[in-house]
Amino acid sequence: MSQQSIKVGDKPELRYLLRIADSCLVLSQRIAEWCGHGPILEEDLALSNMALDLVGQARGLLTRAGELDGQGHDEDQLAFLRDERQYFNPVLMELPRGDFAFTTVRNFAAASWLRLLWQRLQHSSDAEVAAIAGKAVKEAAYHQQHAADWLVRLGDGTEESRRRVEAALAELWPYFNELFISDAVDAAAAASGLGPAWSSLHADWQAAMEEILSEATLAAPKPSRYVPSGHLGIHSEHMGHMLAEMQYLQRAYPGGVW
Amino acid sequence: MSPPCTLRVPPQGGEPAGPAKPDPRAPLGNSNTASDLTAEHACGRLSAAWEVLRQIPDPEVPVISLCELGIVRDLKETAAGLEVVLTPTYSGCPATELIQDNVREALARFGEIAITLQRAPAWTTDWISEEGKAKLQAYGIAPPGPASGPQPVRLVHRASLTRLACPRCGSEQTEKLSAFGSTACKALYRCLSCREPFEHFKPI
Repeated sequence: MSQQSIKVGDKPELRYLLRIADSCLVLSQRIAEWCGHGPILEEDLALSNMALDLVGQARGLLTRAGELDGQGHDEDQLAFLRDERQYFNPVLMELPRGDFAFTTVRNFAAASWLRLLWQRLQHSSDAEVAAIAGKAVKEAAYHQQHAADWLVRLGDGTEESRRRVEAALAELWPYFNELFISDAVDAAAAASGLGPAWSSLHADWQAAMEEILSEATLAAPKPSRYVPSGHLGIHSEHMGHMLAEMQYLQRAYPGGVW
Repeated sequence: MSPPCTLRVPPQGGEPAGPAKPDPRAPLGNSNTASDLTAEHACGRLSAAWEVLRQIPDPEVPVISLCELGIVRDLKETAAGLEVVLTPTYSGCPATELIQDNVREALARFGEIAITLQRAPAWTTDWISEEGKAKLQAYGIAPPGPASGPQPVRLVHRASLTRLACPRCGSEQTEKLSAFGSTACKALYRCLSCREPFEHFKPI
């Protein structure tokens, strides 16, 4: 018998935390797909290690989200038993891993964003969230540095590496808009002190992006007006497939442990 | 009574003051209501438990103990046994559960062992004891230097970064091979003098 899906409540503080927790979890899953496929052994290790950090961050936030939700769901139930529309990560995080240039551009953008977010979350009114952020901010900084090294090498590298990284930038650029959305959930978190309004991170993120692109001799693509809706639970066609693989075991063997 | 092996860290953060003797006036869990005799007994139990804790190796870097790694934050008496307060190193460290199991197993004779994970203030490599750092060095893992605060993204060429001394031959002619190593907490280097690869415990 397969496991029934669960639904979470619609309290804004819960949704705000899930947007971040799901970003970490889903990005972790995508990065982990590189395990055994890295372009070189060192990078295989690096990507697996970053995926581990992200899943650890997600676990902490999901546990806290489960407490706020008050339905008695733990981190595992929240990760494995929610359907696609109950996930609230920006679409950026769920896009298939692509080639190494695609992964590098996304990792730099995501780590820069998460680092800014964790910096601010260290002052969250929720002590548990602040504690998670205190650890995560150091990890995000390391991930950002690592992706920056690669981005410069790829952009200012060979003809092929440059072609690939330019293609990745062009494809990913419109998805970045969703990292800075404003809505009622976001406003409530900013008002209560739970976490920053995402739009307030934009200027610093943009500056980090421009600095690294310039060093990599790359140009930012033209701005796009597209704003994906993953934060509302409406995802790309890739999300369902990703969850099917990620959740298979717990759905087929409910409560199974190693 | 021997001092506990851990650094007691002020709850509001700040620098750990170094290995501190437990304040004998401080209540030991529930024992503050017990008779003097029981309190003395509890104190003996605690120091015996510290002695056991001091022997538990880190599962991934077994050359140092959990105490030397600086992740054991407190040990308290409870009604049913003991409570151990641990601080995880990295958010996703896969050894976290194993460490808890090992602590539970090692302390089993003291009764029920409750483990509390305390995330704040976040663990830093500055909490690795000097003895722990020396053991890392002797084992062939270059120990972490002082952890610095938030750093801007550096775009300097690798060759111009501060060189790390090889833990085997001491040469500073070394280079980073990989920012990530066999565990979350280490990076991989190689010595250009003795040609040996070595790991570096990353300062965070």
